Amino acid sequence: MNFNLKIWRQKNSSTPGKFVDYSVKDIAEDTSFLEMLDILNEELIAKNEEPVAFDHDCREGICGMCSLHISGEPHGPKRKVTACQLFMRSFKDGESITVEPWRAEPFPVIKDCIVDRSAFDRIIQAGGFVSASTGSAPDGNAIPIPKKDADLAMDAASCIGCGACVAACKNSSAMLFVAAKVSHLAHLPQGKVERKERVLNMVAQMDKEGFGSCSNTYACEAECPKGISVAHIGFLNKEYLKASLS
Amino acid sequence: MVLDAKIPEGPIEKKWYNHKFNLKLVNPANRRKHRIIVVGTGLAGGAAAASLGEMGYEVVAFAYQDSARRAHSIAAQGGINAAKNYRNDGDSVYRLFYDTVKGGDYRAREANVYRLAELSVNIIDQCVAQGVPFAREYSGYLDNRSFGGAQVSRTFYARGQTGQQLLLGAYSALARQVGLGTVKMNARHEVLDIVVIDGRARGVIVRDMVTGEIERHSGDAVVLATGGYGNAYYLSTNAKGCNTTAIWRAYKRGAFFGNPCFVQIHPTCIPVSGDHQSKLTLMSESLRNDGRVWVPMKKDDPRKPNDIPEEERDYYLERRYPAFGNLVPRDVASRAAKLECDNGRGVGASKMAVYLDFADAIKRQGKAKIEEKYGNLFDMYQEITDENPYEVPMRIYPAVHYTMGGLWVDYNLMTTLPGLFAAGEANFSDHGANRLGASALMQGLADGYFVLPSTLSGYIGGTDLPKVSTDAPEFAEAEKDVRDKIDRLMSVKGDKSVDYFHKHLGKILWDKVGMGRNEAGLKEAISEIRELREDFWKNVRVLGDTNELNQSLEKAGRVADFFELAELIAIDALHRRESCGGHFREESQTEDNEAKRDDENFSYVAAWEFKGLNEQPELHKEELTFEYCKPSQRSYK
Repeated sequence: MNFNLKIWRQKNSSTPGKFVDYSVKDIAEDTSFLEMLDILNEELIAKNEEPVAFDHDCREGICGMCSLHISGEPHGPKRKVTACQLFMRSFKDGESITVEPWRAEPFPVIKDCIVDRSAFDRIIQAGGFVSASTGSAPDGNAIPIPKKDADLAMDAASCIGCGACVAACKNSSAMLFVAAKVSHLAHLPQGKVERKERVLNMVAQMDKEGFGSCSNTYACEAECPKGISVAHIGFLNKEYLKASLS
Repeated sequence: MVLDAKIPEGPIEKKWYNHKFNLKLVNPANRRKHRIIVVGTGLAGGAAAASLGEMGYEVVAFAYQDSARRAHSIAAQGGINAAKNYRNDGDSVYRLFYDTVKGGDYRAREANVYRLAELSVNIIDQCVAQGVPFAREYSGYLDNRSFGGAQVSRTFYARGQTGQQLLLGAYSALARQVGLGTVKMNARHEVLDIVVIDGRARGVIVRDMVTGEIERHSGDAVVLATGGYGNAYYLSTNAKGCNTTAIWRAYKRGAFFGNPCFVQIHPTCIPVSGDHQSKLTLMSESLRNDGRVWVPMKKDDPRKPNDIPEEERDYYLERRYPAFGNLVPRDVASRAAKLECDNGRGVGASKMAVYLDFADAIKRQGKAKIEEKYGNLFDMYQEITDENPYEVPMRIYPAVHYTMGGLWVDYNLMTTLPGLFAAGEANFSDHGANRLGASALMQGLADGYFVLPSTLSGYIGGTDLPKVSTDAPEFAEAEKDVRDKIDRLMSVKGDKSVDYFHKHLGKILWDKVGMGRNEAGLKEAISEIRELREDFWKNVRVLGDTNELNQSLEKAGRVADFFELAELIAIDALHRRESCGGHFREESQTEDNEAKRDDENFSYVAAWEFKGLNEQPELHKEELTFEYCKPSQRSYK
C-alpha cells in the first residue's frame, strides 16, 4: 500500500512548527501505524534527514505513551485502539494521512509529535490515590467488595492516561481522565475515607493546569482507546457537588 | 574475590524474620538526611521509591518515560502469585517456594525464594489497600486462576491487565509521595553511568532527554530497578525503550553480572509476520487455563484449522505431559512448540506457529464467560492478526520475554559494588533458570515494597557514609566518559541506521543464542557479534543535535551497550554445558528431547566480572546448596 503523509515537524517548544509532506510506498497491510512511521524514519535517515520524533513504548496498547492525532482524530480513525494498535489495513491504498501531536494548551509540544503530559501526573499527585502506606494493610479478604462494584472500579481504572480525551475535546477538558480516577477509587471501600478531599483536590489541580470545561459533546468517550464511559463524568459531578456542599 | 550471598543463619522460615531484627535501623528523624537514588520506576523501583519516601528518606527517582505510570510492568497481563490458600487447595508459603525453586530448574537461591513466597501474601494485602481492583467472586472475596508450573490456583488478577493495575497502584503511592515532597521524580531522564567513590556507589550521571543536559546526582545509595535486557534480541515482548544501559554501566564499574544466558522465551506470543515488525506481542499464559495447544498430525497440512477433524490433531502438550498438560512451565512449552515446527508440523503462512484453541472452553463455559476472562486479549489478538479467536484458533509462537539473569545480588539485594542495589527484573536472584508465570509482578513488588526498605536501611544504618560533593573528581570523570561516548556516536557519521544494526544483532542472538544453543553456534555468535559491533562503531549514522530531544541518539547509546552485553550472554551460554530452564544446550538432552541438567558440574550461579572490553570476563561461582528442595530431574509428566 502507498500513502501520502502530512506530518507536523517542530524543532522544539520555542520554534514554530509546520506540516511537511512525505510519501511511503509498498507498506504491508499488517504494518502498524507506528511501524509505518519507523519505515519512513529509516528512509529519512538514509537521506540524511532527521527522523520524525514521536512518543511510543510498549506498542501493545497499554502504556499510554503513544499520542498521535491522525487525520483529525486522536489515535486515528479506528475506535477503541491506540495508534500503536492501529494497522494500515484500516486505511485505503493511496490515502492522504495527516499526523500531528495532541493539540491542547496544557500539553505543550516538545518536539515534532511529542507533547508534555506532566499535567496529568500533577493531577494524580493532588489526590488520585488511597493513602495506604506500605505495611499498614489488613488481609486482602478482610474487605469484601461486591463484584459489581469491583467490575465498575476496574472499568474506570483501565484508563491508560494517554490524553486522547483532552485532545478530542474542543475545550481541552480533562474531565474524563479525572472522572475515571475519582470513580475508580470512590467505588471501592478503600477509597471512601478520602473521597471528598480527593475530588476537590483533583478538580482544583485540573483547573490550575488550564484544562477547559466539559460541554457534554462526548468526543472524549468516542476517542478513548479504552472506551471509558462518560457516565463517569456524571459521577464525578455528583461527587464534586456532594463534597462541595458538605 | 569470594562471593558472599550473606544468607542468614537458621531454619528457612526464620531467616528473613531474624535478619530483619539483626539489620541496623535508621532513626525516623535521621532518614531525611539520607538521599537515595532510585533508577527506574516500574513495579520494583516505583514501590521502593514510594515506600522509602513514606519512611522519610529523601528519594530522587528517574524514568526514561514521560511518567512513572508507563513503565513496562504495565504490560504484564495474567496475574500475580500469592500463597494465600484462599482456594483451600493445599497451597502454602512452602509450596510456592518449592514450585518456584523447581520451576527455576534448581538454579535459584533457596533463601531468597522462600522470602519471596513469604512476602507474596503481604503484597496482595498492600495492593488491595491501595485500591487495586482485583477480580472478585460474587461473594465479594478475591478470585484466583491457575498458571503454569503449579497445580494450585494461587494467581490473583485484574482481568488481563494485572500489571497495569499493580503498576498504577505503585504509581499512585509514588504520586502521593511526590506530592508530599519526599520523592523528587525526574521523568524523561536516562541514567548513563554510576559514580563510585571510595569503593561505594555514590551517584549517577543522567541525561535530561528533553534538553540534552548532562546532570550529576549524588546520594548515599543507588537502586537500579531498570528491568530486563530482552531487547538485546531486537524482537521481544519488551517495550521499545527497555534497555540494559544502567545495569551494563554498573557491570563495567564493578558489579558482577549473574547468569546472563538465562533468557525466558515465552511460549504464547503472536507470531512474526514480516520484516517491518518492531516488537512481539504476548498472549497471556493465563490463556492456557482454557486454551488447548495443538498442531495437525500430518506435516504441511494445508487445511484450515476448523476443517481438521479431532482425530487428526495432536494436542502434544497433553500427550507428552499428562499431569500438567497445557499448563507446563514456559521453557517446556516453548521448546515443545519449536520441536513441532522444526518437525514440519507448524501452521500459518510462515509455518512457525502452533494453534491455541478455545473451541472446547467456549462450548463448555459459553462465550460470555471466556469473554469476561480474556476479552481484552482476544480483542488485541484480533486487532493485530485480523482473525477472530472466538471462531478460529489463535496462532502462537515463542518470543523473548523476560531475563532471569541480571546483576548479581546478595540476600540484601546489594550488588558486589557496595551501596548499589538491584531490584526486580534487573537482578538475577529469584527465578533461577526459568521464571514461572505470575511471579515477575510478585518479585518486583516484594523487592520494592518489603525487601529494600529493610535492607537499604540496614546498609545506611550500618555504614559510615561521609557527604560527597558532585564536584568530586569521580563525578567529573564519569561525566566525561558519558560525554565522550555521546560525542563518539555523533561523530561516526556513517551510512547505516541504529535499527539496521539492532536488527542484525537480534538475528544473531535469536538464531544462535535462542531456544536451542550449541557450542559451534555460540562460538560463531561471539565472533559475529564482535564484527558487527566494530561495524557499528565505524558506520552508524546518528542525526540531530545532542542538546535537545534526540531519539536516534538515545537508541544508539542503548544498542552500543546491547552489543557488549550480547557477547556476555553468548560467553555465559557457551560456558554452561548443561541444559537448564530457558537455557537449552543441544548437546545436553535426553532421548525424548527433554533438557538434561548437570548438577554435578553446574549447580552454581555464574557471576561475571568485567575485565575490560575485548577481554575475557572473569567467572566467579556462587555454589548453590539445596537443603529443602532436593534437586531432581524436573518432570511435568
